[in-house]
This record gives sequence, structure tokens and C-alpha cells, in this order.
Amino acid sequence: MNNVRNHRANPADSYELFGVKLPQLRMILLLIGIALALLLPLVLANFAIFQMTQVLVYAIAVLGLNLLTGYNGQFSLGHSAFYALGAYTTAIMIDRYDIAYYWTIIPAGLICFIGGFLFGLPALRLEGLYLALATFALAVAMPQLLRYEHFEGFTGGVQGIDVFKPDSPLPMLNADQWLYYFVLFWGALLIIGAWNLVRGRTGRAMIAIRDNPIAARTMGINTALYKSVTFGVSGLYTGIAGALGAIVAEFVAPDSFTFFLSVWFLVGMVVGGLASIPAAIAGGIFILYMPNISEEVISIFFGNDPSAKALIWVAFGLFLIFTVYVVPNGLAGLVRRFVIRYATRRGD
Amino acid sequence: MKSTRLWASAAAATLVLGIGTAMAENAPGVSNSEIKIGNTNPYSGPASSYGTIGKSIGACWNKINDDGGVNGRKINWISYDDGYSPPKTKEQIRKLVERDEVAFTFQTLGTPTNSAIHQYMNKKEVPHLFVATGATKWGDPKGFPWTIGWQPNYQTVGAIFGNYIVQNHPNGKVAILNQNDDYGKDYVIGMQRAMGDKFDKLVVKRETYEVTDPTVDSQIVSLANSGADVFVNISIPKFAAQAIKKMAAINWKPVHLLNDVAASVASTYKPAGIENSIGIISVDFYKDPNDPEWKDDAETKAWNAFMDKYYPDGDKLNKMNAYGWAVCHTMKAVLEQAGNDLSRANIMKQAANLKQVHVPMLLPGMFVDTSPTDFYPLEQMQMMKFDGERNVRFGPLISAETE
Repeated sequence: MNNVRNHRANPADSYELFGVKLPQLRMILLLIGIALALLLPLVLANFAIFQMTQVLVYAIAVLGLNLLTGYNGQFSLGHSAFYALGAYTTAIMIDRYDIAYYWTIIPAGLICFIGGFLFGLPALRLEGLYLALATFALAVAMPQLLRYEHFEGFTGGVQGIDVFKPDSPLPMLNADQWLYYFVLFWGALLIIGAWNLVRGRTGRAMIAIRDNPIAARTMGINTALYKSVTFGVSGLYTGIAGALGAIVAEFVAPDSFTFFLSVWFLVGMVVGGLASIPAAIAGGIFILYMPNISEEVISIFFGNDPSAKALIWVAFGLFLIFTVYVVPNGLAGLVRRFVIRYATRRGD
Repeated sequence: MKSTRLWASAAAATLVLGIGTAMAENAPGVSNSEIKIGNTNPYSGPASSYGTIGKSIGACWNKINDDGGVNGRKINWISYDDGYSPPKTKEQIRKLVERDEVAFTFQTLGTPTNSAIHQYMNKKEVPHLFVATGATKWGDPKGFPWTIGWQPNYQTVGAIFGNYIVQNHPNGKVAILNQNDDYGKDYVIGMQRAMGDKFDKLVVKRETYEVTDPTVDSQIVSLANSGADVFVNISIPKFAAQAIKKMAAINWKPVHLLNDVAASVASTYKPAGIENSIGIISVDFYKDPNDPEWKDDAETKAWNAFMDKYYPDGDKLNKMNAYGWAVCHTMKAVLEQAGNDLSRANIMKQAANLKQVHVPMLLPGMFVDTSPTDFYPLEQMQMMKFDGERNVRFGPLISAETE
């Protein structure tokens, strides 16, 4: 009897992999992940820490997009605009109003929440590809707005704004390490938030709307409200990523937030895997390291040949096709398939 | 007590010695056989047409290495793609400085991209040499002693136009069209500086446009109605072509001074109509290898041979490949001048101490010239006039110092 109830709670719990029960294995992996995230910066070089910080920033943005697309089924090509909004909010607060950088993260997130929510309202009438087009317009318009002369007093126009990098308040950490932990703190907070969100009532409603909006409405879910709020939350995540990104890059300019950035978030989300939280980190890693790896592969094969520079994106394209072909459901999907294939039921 | 003091002074002495040797030490990335130079270029993305500059510089180093390098050291040119995206530039530059440990960076391309690393390079005290952008802010030896530009900056060009007007059309009525951003404004600042109080007297009308505007037709009509007989046109090729067309349509024929950015037969004069473009005056500072004038010129021949052997895929019609060749030789001159003291401080010092250095493909008589207070290496240009086929140079080299 007891056994049956356990099955209902989560059938996967009775399976094991490498002789360890799945929930325990998950816990072990999580602890290893946390230990690595906390300890690696203490031994790595500054540049590697800087890259890890950027991975976290991208991961937060990908997570934001994943909440919208993976869990709620709404497409967006406009997340570079929310990222830009968050980044400029932080940059303007620091540069024009002398506000300390740590006070700027929450306002940047809130402004992007409001922006996302308001954009989500008209987007309610749009589905699938039409929504993708509407959000595409947002991504294209944003850099132009940032350049617009009447906003120049705030945005700095084409020249952008310099953001001074914060010094570490702790003597044992250098500036790069401190910034990493600062971003890690926000990343952890947002991941826990997302985890709680998607497991609860709200998350079930979001997923129900994705899977079958009519059925969801029949069940009494306020689809309009949930869709708009999801857009807002997604904007909040991406906006916070933008705010952190501005502090990490120490500079914002319209050219940093082109439509291409949206495509990157999309690529990171799809490669990592839809509707999965750890996948966002995999996506962040892919966004940051894959172009660099392509660049290095090309330089290994072609050495100093100046014309080979054109091939970097060919190599990247091949990697991408390969990834999508081998792991069609993203890296998260690969892990899932691996578990299904090799996990054995206890006593089998 | 005594021994403590002795220890302290011994430690201090070691420290002083340590610092002393550290100062004479070569920069990271410099060995007896190699100098590592870092660079970022847009090999992909919206500005990828500029990528050929990075490629031609890479090819130039290959040639210099085959000829024995600089003072016996080979150049290891590490050039990364930044896609013209400032955060990517920041990442790639940190990789170059911290992981690849380059001695310095050279010809990093773009105004927003270089802005993103401006502070970092100066905080880290890594020479940020001969950046590939025309903005004026790169020549600030006091605020940013580790950053130096190369090409004549926009204010210099503006000043040359200003001087030309004062000398040749002292009673002219001047109309100005400029793009409404830092690039356009820099030209006007240069003109104001050169013309002094005559600027307000001579300029009868000024119009601006936004990069996002569909046309500049209405601006041209309004400038024409002012009765101006000198027109200073500070616009990028698309708008320059529109302006030339509209001027022909309404039959406005002032002396037309066009900025160097748009003085291209292929991208401006052809679309605007060759017959409408005859007589347009502009400026340049390096040789156009396609100009028949340079057919038998030794430097152009050497450049052609170099392109054939080291960069065969490069487009010889593209002037930017000649630019890459010239700027690469400027860097070579700095390294030769630095000799065997290849510390970062000395490399920066030599970059700011180039005295009348001629590099190939600059116009005859032109020099690269810098000093610890003058971080603008090229401040001369020559005027040229479009004759229906090509830009024909005329008059002497004109210099305009930027303060």
C-alpha cells in the first residue's frame, strides 16, 4: 500500500542509476553543482571567472525566455529589448543619479516586469508566429530608440554609457570574484524563484495554457492574466540579466542589444532544452563558449590564413546542426533519455 | 632591534631591485623570438565589411614574418571576431590580455566597441594602439594615456574644410548638412574651430538628418533656398547620393564639399548619377590603389605583389586593404623604434614619439607624427575633385592640428 502511494507521488523515485536512487542522485549532482559554483572562482584565473559570470548572466536571460516559451508556449524574438531595458536602467541610475550598483537590480527588474506585462496585454491576441513577429519588431525598435536624439541626455546616444565596475568590499576577494558572487546570488535567487513558480499552482496553470489553452480556460484558469503575468515575469528575469550584464561589461551602447542577441537567447534555450531550469545554465554555457570554440577550431585547422575568419560561423553552424541532430530535445532532453534508457527499477 | 632594521632595509633593497628589474622587463607576450599582438575585428555581424582590415593586417604580419620579423622577433597576430558587439569586444579583449597575454592591442575596430574597453585598457595599463575609428576622443593623453588613434579624426577633416572655405570663399555663403550624431557633430566642431568667428558670419543655414530618416530632400530644398553658394555635406553614402540627386533636380549648384566618408565613386557618385557628381570636392589621406595615377608607383606595386601572395582572396578594388597595409607598417615602425626594450611603457612611449614617419600607401609627403601631448598620428589630408571618372587630387597637403 505504502509502495503504491510512493509510485503516485513520483514513479521515477523508485528507479536507480549507478546503484543510487534517482532523488538521491539528483541531490548529489545538485550539491556538486553548488560546490563547483561556490569554489571554482577561488582557484580560477580572473578571465575564467569573468566568463563564468557572463555564463550566469546569459543563463538568467535564457531562464526568463524559457519561462515564457518552454513553460507557457509563447514565442518571443524580442527579449533583447528587455535585456536592453534592464541594462540601461542600471546604467542610467549609476551614471546619471549616482546610485550604488546593488540598488539598481530590483528597479531594473520591476521596470522590465511592467514592460513585459504591458507588452503581454496586446500580445494576447497574437499566437505563435504572429507573436514572434510582434516581438521581433520590439527587438528591432529598441536600439533605434536608444539612439534617438531626444533621449540622448539619458541614453548617451550612439556613444552609450560607461558603467564603473564595483570594487570588492571584501579584502579576500578581487573585483572579478566579488562580481561573480554578486551575480551568483541573483542567479540562485531567480532559479529558486523559478523552481517554486513552475512547481506550484501558477506553474501548472502556465503549462496547462501551453498544452491546451481551451481546456485550461474551461478549467477556470484566467488565461489572459496568466499569459500577461508570465510575459512580465519573463521580462523581469531578462531585465535583471541585462542589469547584471551592464555591470559586468562596464558599458552599454545600442549596438550591444541588436536583434541578434534575441536569437542567441533562443539558441541557448533550444540547445539547453525547453521547460527545464538546469537547461538554462547549459544554454548560457553554449552561448558563451560555442563561438569561442568555433574560433579556436578554425585557427587549429587554418592557422594564420586571413581568409579563414569567414569560416568561424560555418564551424559554429555545423556544431549547431550537429547538436540539434544528436540532441533534438536539448541537453536536458539528452539527460532525460539517458536516465530512461539506463535507470533500472529497484529489484528488477 | 638592529637586526630588524637590517632585515627591513635588506627587504626594501630587494623590493627596489625587484621593481627596478620589473620595469625593464619586457611586456607579457614578448619573448626573444616573438611578440604577441591582440586585435578584435567584426568578421561577422552588421559591420563585417570592415573585417577585411583585420585580415589584411594579418596577411601583412605574415609577410613581415617571412621577411625576418621585427628586430628578429616574429609577430604573433591574434585577431578575434567581436561581431561589432561591445560586450563581446570586452570579453575577447580580456581573453587577449589575461589569457593569451598579448603585449598590447592594435587596430581594434569600431567606436562603440573601443568605448567598451577604453577604461579597461587604461586601468590595466595595456597599450591600446592605433584604434580603427575616426572619433576624436581617442586622443586624450591626460585622461587616457594608454589609448591612441590613427586615422585623421572627424574634427581634423572638418577643420580642413573650414580652412578651405576661409581661404577660397572668404565671402561665401555656407550651408551645412550633417548627420545628427557624434560623427556629424565632430565635423562641425572642427569647422568652428578652424573658422573661428567667421563660422557664424559665413554659415547661413544648417540642417541635420537622422540615420533613420527616409530622405534628405526637404533639408536640401531648405538649404538651397538660403541662397548659399558653398555646401558642406557631412553624410554617409546613402544620404550623400540622395543629396546630390536632389541638388541636380532643383538645379542648385554650389561649391560642394563632401566628407571623405562618402567620397566613393562606387557607393555615392554612381547611384547619384555620375554627371550630377562632377566637381564635388573631398579629401583623402592614402592612395587608392585603383587610381591609374599610381599604376607605376613603387609602393602600390609592392602592395599589389603582397596582395597576390599573402591575401589572394582579398578584393584589390577595396581600399580598406591598402589602409590595413599602411597601419600595419605604422605598428612595425613603433616596434622597430622600441628596439629591445619591449616593456609596455616603452611601447606606449614610442607610439607617442613617432617623428615624421612615412608609411607605404600614405599620400606622397604625408607623415605619421605623434608626441606625448599629441595623440593624433595623422593630421594631414589632400583635397580632391571628382572629374567624372575618378577623384583627382589637387593642391598641397593640408594639415589641421587638433588640440
